[in-house]
Amino acid sequence: MPKSHRDGLPISPDKFVDQLMRLKRGSISRRDFLGLTGLGVATAVMARELGIMPTPAFAAESLGDRMSIATWPNYHDPQTFENFKAETGVAVEVNVFGSNEEMLAKLQAGGSGWSLFVPTNYTISTYKKLGIIEPLDMAKLGNFDGKSEDARFTAEGTIDATTYAVPKNWGTTGFAVNTKKLTKPMSSWKEFWDTAMAEGDGRTMVHDYQLTTIGNALKYYGYSFNSLKQDELAKAEELLLKVKPHLFAVSSDYQPGMRAGDAWMTMCWTNDGAQLHRDIPEIAYVLGKEGGEIWTDFYAIPKDAPNKPAGYALLNYLMNPKVAVKEHLANGAPSIDARVNALLPKEVLDNPILYPAADLLKPLEFGAAATLTDPGRAELMARFKSA
Amino acid sequence: MRGSLFRKNLVTALLLAPAAAWLVVFLVLPFVAIAIFSVGERAPEGGYQAALTLAQYANLPARATAFWNTMVLAPVGALGCLLVAYPVAYYLALRAPQRWRLILLALIVIPFWTSLLMRTYAWMYILGGRGIPALLAYVGIEDLRLINTPGAVLLGIVYGYLPLMILPIYVSLERLDRRLLEASADLGATPLSTFLGVTLRLSLPGVMTGFSLVMILLLGEYLIPTLLGGGKVFFIGNALVDLFLQSRNWPFGSAIAITLVLVSVVVLIVANRISTRLSGARRVDLI
Repeated sequence: MPKSHRDGLPISPDKFVDQLMRLKRGSISRRDFLGLTGLGVATAVMARELGIMPTPAFAAESLGDRMSIATWPNYHDPQTFENFKAETGVAVEVNVFGSNEEMLAKLQAGGSGWSLFVPTNYTISTYKKLGIIEPLDMAKLGNFDGKSEDARFTAEGTIDATTYAVPKNWGTTGFAVNTKKLTKPMSSWKEFWDTAMAEGDGRTMVHDYQLTTIGNALKYYGYSFNSLKQDELAKAEELLLKVKPHLFAVSSDYQPGMRAGDAWMTMCWTNDGAQLHRDIPEIAYVLGKEGGEIWTDFYAIPKDAPNKPAGYALLNYLMNPKVAVKEHLANGAPSIDARVNALLPKEVLDNPILYPAADLLKPLEFGAAATLTDPGRAELMARFKSA
Repeated sequence: MRGSLFRKNLVTALLLAPAAAWLVVFLVLPFVAIAIFSVGERAPEGGYQAALTLAQYANLPARATAFWNTMVLAPVGALGCLLVAYPVAYYLALRAPQRWRLILLALIVIPFWTSLLMRTYAWMYILGGRGIPALLAYVGIEDLRLINTPGAVLLGIVYGYLPLMILPIYVSLERLDRRLLEASADLGATPLSTFLGVTLRLSLPGVMTGFSLVMILLLGEYLIPTLLGGGKVFFIGNALVDLFLQSRNWPFGSAIAITLVLVSVVVLIVANRISTRLSGARRVDLI
């Protein structure tokens, strides 16, 4: 049957009445019926999903027309997904999350519907242990080149020589300050917490995330970001409870507050720091000289991904340096891929927010899997939030 | 005879079946699952691990502050709603011209078609630094902070739940027999004592319905305190979200959920008692 340009257009009133009258007369073709009721599309979809109608062999690798990705706020160039759709016909639905625990909770509960997601380094071993992520079929990721990746950031994606995740970008956790409102120069977590209780009273935000909020409180005393020691956590708790009444908010969605000028200082991830500074130059990004967190975000595919072919296709697309470079320019996080770095403009590579000096990077620690899943830290955070 | 009775029962059963099936699948079964979870243990990586223990219930005091905050927020929020809603409902039912009434009612209900999340997000920007404070800065009031204050949370709650309070009060006032008001005036009562003695008393069932409706919903509220309170004030709803989505302590979260349901049931029973007593004892019919 020739495909008319009118196919898919909404039915005109005249035609509708016409169809209706034919219906009344009892004359209706199967095609009319299915078309009118929308059952045709539904049957086609159901048939394919349920395997009622056999699909041709080549459709085994068919990408379908939609997939879903779980990622972080302000983390992609929206154009990337538009371009991907133009090339493959697959529409990408973007789900945004506030914490790794939340992603983990959704995947653990099952039926998340994601075909690709963006976990942080310290979660991958837990996902693997729970058996909810897919060992990656590297043959499907022709654009990925392990040799061009900086090994410092990629190690946690590979467990027992099997690659479960490939890196997206790395970054740090520091704090952003509105230097017009808080003029005293700051360079440490001690100053961050002390200022929060003084000049920054009522204007400071901390993450709604135990890993970083407790970790950076531990840094006030120079303890490890990942500490699970009772006495050290007790000290951190004491500090957090003391700071609590002075805070503006406990929230990981800090860009709106900083942009509106309600908040003057916030715990902040690299990419948000870069975006804030780019749009509002008086907002500076500071790394605590005591140390803190360094991290890598990866791409991984859930075991129960409903559209694995599209997940692989999008992942491979994102591994193309020409695509990745646009992502880095949009979200402002530093790249791990030497091929991407070669394409990035000089002012990006010279941006100290993205690529801090070596002496600032040295004391930073990668978050540990145990830090995230520790019940003691979770209860500490609950006491802090309910205080 | 028997046949027709059987048929009647069958028809009743068939009519009730969809609702019953719905309740069993979406209310009873999840509730049973939560009850089972609540006597379990948290798995090492989070989630649920089978066990038979009351440890989760014994741990309830760890969220005492959250329970306490909720027990304060729910009645205070409902009271705030009531104070705003009553005059509106009164005007609509007794004062507004007949032809405007429907339009005014529609105007109250229409915002309800937009999700609460969207409306609360809008308030974030209205109260945020580029909203009202920016306007006030023009007239010389600098650095005023409205967002993330208890006042902002109360405002959000009153705004969000207002229709749920207005409608039941409106209904009870609308059914009010106007001749009672005339009788009261004829018998020499002042407008104030007519209001207190007749109008207010007869609308109390509507007030109680609205109050318990808003209060029950507020017991589980977490969105408004998070968005307009900056997540600094921790309610039981926030505790539940954190336990399920952050620390993934499902058994403890389930124990709290069960407790919350029980508290809600108690609130409903008490409200129902008060409501029947008020309306039952004071029903006055002229005919």
